[in-house]
Amino acid sequence: MNQINHLNELESEAIFIIREVAAQFERPVLLFSGGKDSIVLVYLSRKAFWPAKIPFPLLHIDTGHNFEETISFRDKLVKKFGVQLIVGSVQESIDSGRVVEEQGYNASRNVLQTVTLLDTIEKYKFDAAIGGGRRDEEKARAKERFFSHRDEFGQWDPKNQRPELWNLFNGEKRPGEHFRVFPISNWTEMDVWQYIYREKIELPSIYYTHTRKVFNRDGVWLAWAPFMKLKPNEKVEEKQVRCRTVGDITCTGLTLSAADSVEDIIREIAATRVTERGGRYDDQRSDAAMEDRKREGYF
Amino acid sequence: MYSSSDTGREFSNKAYLNMELLRFTTAGSVDDGKSTLIGRLLYDSKSIFEDQLDAVRRASLKKGGEHINLALLTDGLRAEREQGITIDVAYRYFATPHRKFIIADTPGHIQYTRNMVTGASTANAAIILIDARNGVTEQTHRHSYIASLLGIQHIIICINKMDLVNFQEDVYNKIYSDYRTFADKAFPSQKLWFIPISALFGDNVVKPSTHMPWFKGGTLLNVLETVPINNDHSQIPGRFPVQYIIRPENSSFPDYRGYAGRITGGIFHKGEKVTVLPSYLTTKITSIDTFDGSLDEAFPPMSVTIRLENDIDISRGSLIVPEKDLPTESNNIEIMLCWLNPKPLELNKKYGLKQATTSCRCLVHDIPYILNINTLEKISDGNNIRMNDIACVHIRTTQPLFFDPYTLNRTTGSLIMIDEGTNETVGAGMIVQSC
Repeated sequence: MNQINHLNELESEAIFIIREVAAQFERPVLLFSGGKDSIVLVYLSRKAFWPAKIPFPLLHIDTGHNFEETISFRDKLVKKFGVQLIVGSVQESIDSGRVVEEQGYNASRNVLQTVTLLDTIEKYKFDAAIGGGRRDEEKARAKERFFSHRDEFGQWDPKNQRPELWNLFNGEKRPGEHFRVFPISNWTEMDVWQYIYREKIELPSIYYTHTRKVFNRDGVWLAWAPFMKLKPNEKVEEKQVRCRTVGDITCTGLTLSAADSVEDIIREIAATRVTERGGRYDDQRSDAAMEDRKREGYF
Repeated sequence: MYSSSDTGREFSNKAYLNMELLRFTTAGSVDDGKSTLIGRLLYDSKSIFEDQLDAVRRASLKKGGEHINLALLTDGLRAEREQGITIDVAYRYFATPHRKFIIADTPGHIQYTRNMVTGASTANAAIILIDARNGVTEQTHRHSYIASLLGIQHIIICINKMDLVNFQEDVYNKIYSDYRTFADKAFPSQKLWFIPISALFGDNVVKPSTHMPWFKGGTLLNVLETVPINNDHSQIPGRFPVQYIIRPENSSFPDYRGYAGRITGGIFHKGEKVTVLPSYLTTKITSIDTFDGSLDEAFPPMSVTIRLENDIDISRGSLIVPEKDLPTESNNIEIMLCWLNPKPLELNKKYGLKQATTSCRCLVHDIPYILNINTLEKISDGNNIRMNDIACVHIRTTQPLFFDPYTLNRTTGSLIMIDEGTNETVGAGMIVQSC
């Protein structure tokens, strides 16, 4: 009896998908956010093509409001894996008038990223963008295909998706259209952490406990930074926190935590009663916030 | 209505690293309680989080409902929530200390046969729900037949709403024997499980029922945790569709040439003699490589890179097989076709085709019969295949395919058809034989 365990099966499935991308598309790119899911994708891509190098570049959409630790980690990783890094800058999109900065206390560049992302995909003529989205993260993502078609405007039509059967992936498209591909669709948050643990994957330090200046808004702990506008009743304090997910500073809720190892984090996740994106301000704008952003071309 | 149990998320790292993965699909008519059952499984295995439950509670109140509507957990799209229907397959995940589960939750309406086919195509098990008050219906036949046609190993019949028939053994026995009669005719060799449950109150879902002492079998979760996952790969011939060629062309690996892919049948050994198709040249496996080291043997569903002794012409779409265990080669093939697109099939029109890692074109030139999926009657004079139809058809391909019957190998035995105008996936085919 030969049976592989579920982490190996998920790994094998992801490698299969990543190789399908390299085989079916001319100009793929890996969307790299600096978060754990996209880091896992880089490690999986290395396994998929070893002993050759990863045959596509990484694309980082930089909102200009990133945690500093994410950026320095990104630059180290790119060097270690010998891959090319392309950066799409939201600041440039703002400066060139492509998008207008949001105003007010909850202003975020999260939504603006979509324009920068689509502009960059068009500029480099990428025909497939590999992302770390997972179906267990969010209800709109639960409906997502492995190979997800985007029209020439970069839009997703969730009601009219191609059926996806067996392991046959249809990447056929017209010029100007592209695909988003999600190799770790079937992984849960716990799977990702167990994989990080097993493979000894290095992560940015913000995933582990550290002391940070934070403030509380509507029950969510947010990191303080010079561009964060405080409401009159909000005050900055120092807390022991860590990130459960990493977006940019304006939308990443922090967890009060003393976890300083992957094992600690796994124990914490096993006991938690709140979803991974529960602290994400960008998802709380409406019931269909993720679906609406995804239709427009968001990650 | 919901109480927590001791199953669920408390497990050690070591155990978690060694869990098996079971993929299952669920099917039932609109009011059979499918969403309630999934809600129950997720809730009792502690896989629903507080903020998710809060969101569902809020949404239920907004729609004027009295109870928490667990269907809202699985209906992810705005249109689905507005219309109160499930449009698309949704994937759910949960784990117990024994196994990790992927649920492909498919809508129950007749017009969604295509979604059920999609969900069933990767499943190891299917749960078919029957309302104890209604017994075996045409829908039950349809769902069961599709599950069996798609090669699902285990069909688990859940006779739900036992609470509404006073948990009577007679009701269960009648449904059991009705279903057996149907199954013996439709798919005699299919593995079947029967469980009387109440999804609403949790009887025999995660915890054994105190209301049905006459039932001696295990709970649903029990069955899901213990059914064997197909792992006897030595029973079927080795199949390795080449996906991608790896050539590093760098100073550390100047002459490396490896064939990357996923093993879809049998066991491959280092040193084994193999035949490469379509060239029929034979050679030997010199190495089975992975990033984590070389292997002496590899089996499904491992993704590996194979190196061969001789330099022969191999590209994406080639198939590596054991020297003496060749698949069928033909470009005239009989398939069971499930049509997935609102635009009906056009006879003799050219469609794109994908099978394993091969792409070519094909046309349908003959329709021996269309299946009435509710009565299982074969209609031989039909020639109009519409969305959700299942039919036996004959296709001709532009190049010969190397295949196995679907019943033997789900990868080399399956194909999809693509409309070359819209690029949509319009047909799903299960290969029967050459013709």
